[in-house]
Amino acid sequence: MNDFFSKTDLSRKDAESIVSETLNRCDDGELYLENSKSESIILDDNKIKNSSYNSDLGYGFRAVTGEVVAYSHSNEISKNSLMQSSNSLSSTLKSKKGIYNNEIPKTNEKFYDDINPINEKSLKSKLELLKEVNDYTRAKGGIVQQVTASFSGEHKSIEIIRSGGEVLTDVRPLIRFNVSVMLEKDGKKETGVYGIGGRQSYDEYLKDDNWKKVCDEAFRIASVNLNCKPAPAGEMKVVLGPGWPAILIHEAIGHGLEGDFNRKKTSAFHDLMGQRVASEGVTIVDDGTLHNRRGSLIIDDEGTPTEKTVLIENGILKNFMQDRLNARLMNTRSTGSGRRESYKHVVLPRMRNTMMLNGKYSQEEMIKSVDKGIFAVSFGGGQVDITSGKFVFNCTEAYEIINGKIGSPIKGATLIGDGPSILKEVSLVGNNMMLDPGIGTCGKAGQGVPVGVAQPSILINKMTVGGTQL
Amino acid sequence: MVKDQDYLKKTASFCIDLSKKLGATDVTAEVMHSISETVNFRNKKLDESDRSDSLGLALTTYIGKKKSSISSSNINKDNIKTLVERCIETTKITPEDEFNSLPDKDLLAKKINDLNLYDDDHIENNEKIEYLKEIEDAAFENKEIINTESGFSENKSNFILANSDGFLNGYKSSSFSASCVAVAKDSNDNMERDYEFTSTRHLNDMLKPNKIGKIAAKKTIQKLNPKKIESEKISIIFDKRISKGILSTFASAISSSSIARGTSFLKNKINEDIFSPSINIFDKPNILKGLGSQYFDAEGVKNDELKLVDQGVLKHYLVDTYNGKKLNLKSNGRSGGTSNLFFEKGSISYKGLLKLNPRTLYITETIGHGSNMVTGDYSVGANGFMVEDGIFKYPVSEITIAGNYKDIFKNITLADDLEFKYSTNAPTMLINGMVVAGK
Repeated sequence: MNDFFSKTDLSRKDAESIVSETLNRCDDGELYLENSKSESIILDDNKIKNSSYNSDLGYGFRAVTGEVVAYSHSNEISKNSLMQSSNSLSSTLKSKKGIYNNEIPKTNEKFYDDINPINEKSLKSKLELLKEVNDYTRAKGGIVQQVTASFSGEHKSIEIIRSGGEVLTDVRPLIRFNVSVMLEKDGKKETGVYGIGGRQSYDEYLKDDNWKKVCDEAFRIASVNLNCKPAPAGEMKVVLGPGWPAILIHEAIGHGLEGDFNRKKTSAFHDLMGQRVASEGVTIVDDGTLHNRRGSLIIDDEGTPTEKTVLIENGILKNFMQDRLNARLMNTRSTGSGRRESYKHVVLPRMRNTMMLNGKYSQEEMIKSVDKGIFAVSFGGGQVDITSGKFVFNCTEAYEIINGKIGSPIKGATLIGDGPSILKEVSLVGNNMMLDPGIGTCGKAGQGVPVGVAQPSILINKMTVGGTQL
Repeated sequence: MVKDQDYLKKTASFCIDLSKKLGATDVTAEVMHSISETVNFRNKKLDESDRSDSLGLALTTYIGKKKSSISSSNINKDNIKTLVERCIETTKITPEDEFNSLPDKDLLAKKINDLNLYDDDHIENNEKIEYLKEIEDAAFENKEIINTESGFSENKSNFILANSDGFLNGYKSSSFSASCVAVAKDSNDNMERDYEFTSTRHLNDMLKPNKIGKIAAKKTIQKLNPKKIESEKISIIFDKRISKGILSTFASAISSSSIARGTSFLKNKINEDIFSPSINIFDKPNILKGLGSQYFDAEGVKNDELKLVDQGVLKHYLVDTYNGKKLNLKSNGRSGGTSNLFFEKGSISYKGLLKLNPRTLYITETIGHGSNMVTGDYSVGANGFMVEDGIFKYPVSEITIAGNYKDIFKNITLADDLEFKYSTNAPTMLINGMVVAGK
């Protein structure tokens, strides 16, 4: 465990009494302390372009009364600084009185180990491996024009102090390995990107020459795109492949089921609890308890243990994802979904690992059933407008489907759809559920947090494909 | 109060001296401090207050042609010592890169004229609250508005950039911004959302709050009851919110790093026609109170005004020291990108632009990240309005627009309504013949 009070004039006892003193007239709040170390090593254009190390230390002090949140953060952990924050919080929440909500379930279950991935593998061996990655990928032929490979690792210790002296801690490792390849053939250039990662040591992901599979996959995607033709434009059937394409679930459905948008009634889902929002056979969960996954957490950033939250069961809306604030105001319980990017950010209800569970159909059956449509295997970024429900995402690998058969690859096109109605258009759910490789970062209100997604192949009856061929 | 120059200079110099002592041949250090205070309102009530106090240090050490970097928010001397030691150790084992170096000494900024980027005015949270009340009262004057969120943010920052060739300079800057997001509901219970904002260096230059609320409400209500349209090839107009994005894409395509890596669709296009001949593009760092104004670039290099595109012809890349050496070009002070980037205004009025074609799709919002910098392919989700004979007919949503930047650039007609609301600014923009996918 990290000791936040060893090199400062602020003792743990002082901190606890300032917290209790400040929060005793509030509904909720906490002092959140964070010490994070991270590294990034990038090979690009045949050279180590960047090797950097970051060490970040700070606190965020939050007071909540009714719907009002007062937040103050600083990277100076000192008595003076914490007192200044306390004054800032008290000035916002003056003359309020509330009941302090102090229930936190305990957990002993660990979903990842307390390791420091940065120190576990020497910098030298990481540099050597990046060089090997570069050589291996470039050896695939003269069409390889550019290779970028990177390691990023993080070790984050957090501590939460509540009024009354309750203390909760977590230590979170996270790593990612990424390869991007640019190919050039007959004057045409295309890129392919692939990566892996999660909450274990680098070697867990790189062992047995696993890194070669990452290079192979990035090269394969770029090669497919070299032969692609322009994408069609208009409404058509879409088959989504398993795994990472579940970013569609994340964008189209997930964000709209976060507690804050529903409490504020700005989500298109806010009055649909208990109603049918998806076809029969569609079950979606958000699970923070998967071992070593990128989106997993032992406790969330308010100290609540994470859980497997059923969002949609057999097409019926069952639960929203909640942090303490929104749960209290909506008369429900926190689902352990309160997350923040760092001590510099306020807590928001966020996704963890969002998954559509298996149905009974094979991917083959789905493709056979389509006369004209597209088969989308992988995506780049996605985005949603919570209020109107419209969402988009960009294909990075997709094929046309003609008369029940997979045809030529097609150029990166944007797919656009409507969140509340898209799941009603899901006509077949596959039996091949897959987790994504561990690369997702979700952005909300300017805060990025690591997340995971999973799904089997699904058939969507109609979506608009934003190609250039009318 | 943000920390003063003396404190930041002392910390930066300490880092540089210590790094040299431990074996660095060259060093760059940057120390920054910022304080920001934000108040958020929702439905005419206080929702959130946020005070942020951030201190940061970034250090890069070189040993010959080897280089490594660290950054930290923990600036006590013991921690700095640990970090500098770590940085030097890392530098030693990082492979050489022949292009690594500090900027050329004779390119470093020397003379600095005041651009009035700092306003010492402080606005207390209760005054921010009054301003936000006025915003939301104005927005709620419209019965269709069912929800508002607004915010007021005040930011003061100071920094020092130093290197071991003697560069030691920095400056304070401030920003004040306020925004309003409104949600409206139509008769079928479908919701739409839109916004308005103001962002300035000086407190007194901010828009009046009731104006922000009124515009946000008006823009939101206009979007109610949208239609989806058939797929077709049609001329489109980008509202100023969107047209500036075309300029941002252009800027990343001419960054020396994408050019040197060969991953830009504008590689080897210097002195070639890439835009229609009526187009001129400037990057001007020295605009008084400018939102993108800078006294020097991220490496301390002086940055003169550049005419990036002259009558449609590309004249400059955005060059920093490292990629400049790779490309055999001198840095033009664009490490960290552009400053105040803008299209010179066009010759036709906004109304004239709307009437140029009998039918035009007017785009007010795009979603998604559909720009491929390698190929220039562009495909994003969008919504906006159908304009017929210069008149806004009905809102349109759930469509995509697609094309390739190389074609888009050559088909641009600009209106004469350029204003400086962001750091990157463009007038309203017409593009002939884009593919729109709808039903």
